[in-house]
Amino acid sequence: MNTETQTTEDSKMWTARLRNSWQRNLPIDKLLPDTQPAYVASWIYVFGVLTLVALVDIVISGLILSFAGPAWYHSSSLGLFVNSLHFWGVQLFFVFMVVHLWGKFWMAAWRGRRTATWITGMVAFLASIGTAFTGYLIQTNFDSQWIAFEAKDGFNAVGVGAFFTPTNIGQIMLIHVALLPLVLGILTVMHVLLVRKHGVVPPIDAQPEIEVV
Amino acid sequence: MKTQTAKQEFDAAPWTGRVRKYDIVKEATIAFVIVSMLIVLLSLAFSSPDDKQLTFRDWARTNPTNFYATTVQELAGTSESAGYGPPYNSASDGLNIGPLWLQKWAGVTHPVDIPNDLVITPLTLSVLSAKENWALATWKSATAVQQTTWATTYDTAIADANGNYAAASGGNYGPVPVLAKALTHIAAKGSLDALLLAGGNFYSTDNTKQILFFGDGAYLDDAATAANLQGNSWGMMNETGRYPGQAWLWLYSIWYQVPPFVNEESAPFGSNADAYIMILVLGLTSGLLFAPLIPGLRSIPRVIPLHRKIWKSYYSEENI
Repeated sequence: MNTETQTTEDSKMWTARLRNSWQRNLPIDKLLPDTQPAYVASWIYVFGVLTLVALVDIVISGLILSFAGPAWYHSSSLGLFVNSLHFWGVQLFFVFMVVHLWGKFWMAAWRGRRTATWITGMVAFLASIGTAFTGYLIQTNFDSQWIAFEAKDGFNAVGVGAFFTPTNIGQIMLIHVALLPLVLGILTVMHVLLVRKHGVVPPIDAQPEIEVV
Repeated sequence: MKTQTAKQEFDAAPWTGRVRKYDIVKEATIAFVIVSMLIVLLSLAFSSPDDKQLTFRDWARTNPTNFYATTVQELAGTSESAGYGPPYNSASDGLNIGPLWLQKWAGVTHPVDIPNDLVITPLTLSVLSAKENWALATWKSATAVQQTTWATTYDTAIADANGNYAAASGGNYGPVPVLAKALTHIAAKGSLDALLLAGGNFYSTDNTKQILFFGDGAYLDDAATAANLQGNSWGMMNETGRYPGQAWLWLYSIWYQVPPFVNEESAPFGSNADAYIMILVLGLTSGLLFAPLIPGLRSIPRVIPLHRKIWKSYYSEENI
């Protein structure tokens, strides 16, 4: 077998195709850049990374809470503190994410084939709302009782209540600690990889240089 | 058109203009440390909300009259839950959006037999006096028509007495008064919460029956009103106490604050307001989701030049 034949066969392998595609679209210097375009010079750009680190904080406190169970924080001062970390982490996460989202809207950040970046970010935002909502439903206190009572009517009104039951804490618990974090994690990775692949969108009024003959 | 295409290609192409040094790992690490410290400080300073859960025990002790009257409504089939429709029962078709009966079409996937699941089964699983056992046996051996006649007649008498069963006029109510009294007694002792949850089984993680029963009475509703959690005061968006709630639900909650939805019984949507609001929010969310593809919406950032603030230094340096 000569080298040329071997190379052709290799390039048909799924593994090789994936590797080549990855290297072509997202080389390591794009994934971990050490420079940024000069126009990336506003405080608004910080909110993307702030959202990410707040999410990491939420996952850490959530993991601790998941081992101790949903009622731990009612009777333990340590549990209440960890619950507070989770609560304030979520509050900050949403503040950061909403500022990030509106910042990107006013930049029209979907320009230059970045539509998928915008949509993955928006779907991640919606998944975050779902994750937070199910978190509020498993507080096992008065607030969760009331939210379950109120929310069931909205979901039932459009038939969703047949499959998603706010009053079923077993179902909601699994959705909150397993399904939605997995979905949100995948969406976040996709979103960040797309951001790194396409780079930060240029200013709206930045123009290509026109060749003067 | 040619200029527009050139601009699109320019926006999509790797940036070839001026750059500055940027340490992404350092920035993320510093951000993580600062945000973590902020979260710890907020937690130490303000803790987190945790208003104690309501129980049937507290309801039956603090407002036994209302609990008793609600029990009679569950037996009579006049409570909100009894007439709810899908996914709990077929007593009604539920809400609709014009010709779309989504609630009905989704079906009864979570059946709850209101009189039996909320009243008769908990009584059956409890230790009762001889009189209470007689009442339970009498109820079970009666026809459905007879059961309904006893309970609805009594429910009407209680309603006529402004919800005070002690002031209700006399009549033939069969075993209903004894059954309602027995359940009130069981609830006040603290047994009903577990009986409704497990219903005689060992495992259960579904609180639907408890929530439905709670919702039929005044106890949960009064507590929500006192905590400013009602729908027309931003409902689920609020948190108990002086804590921030789910502010990100504003796009949903806002419709319950404005006409024509603010009064859920008024025209043109009437009791179907919940269904219309869900569809409205779905539409608005889709608009934001697909903003890049919607002409007009995607041009707003160009028309309202907030971006000039964001790229102020670049525009200044480039004299744009």
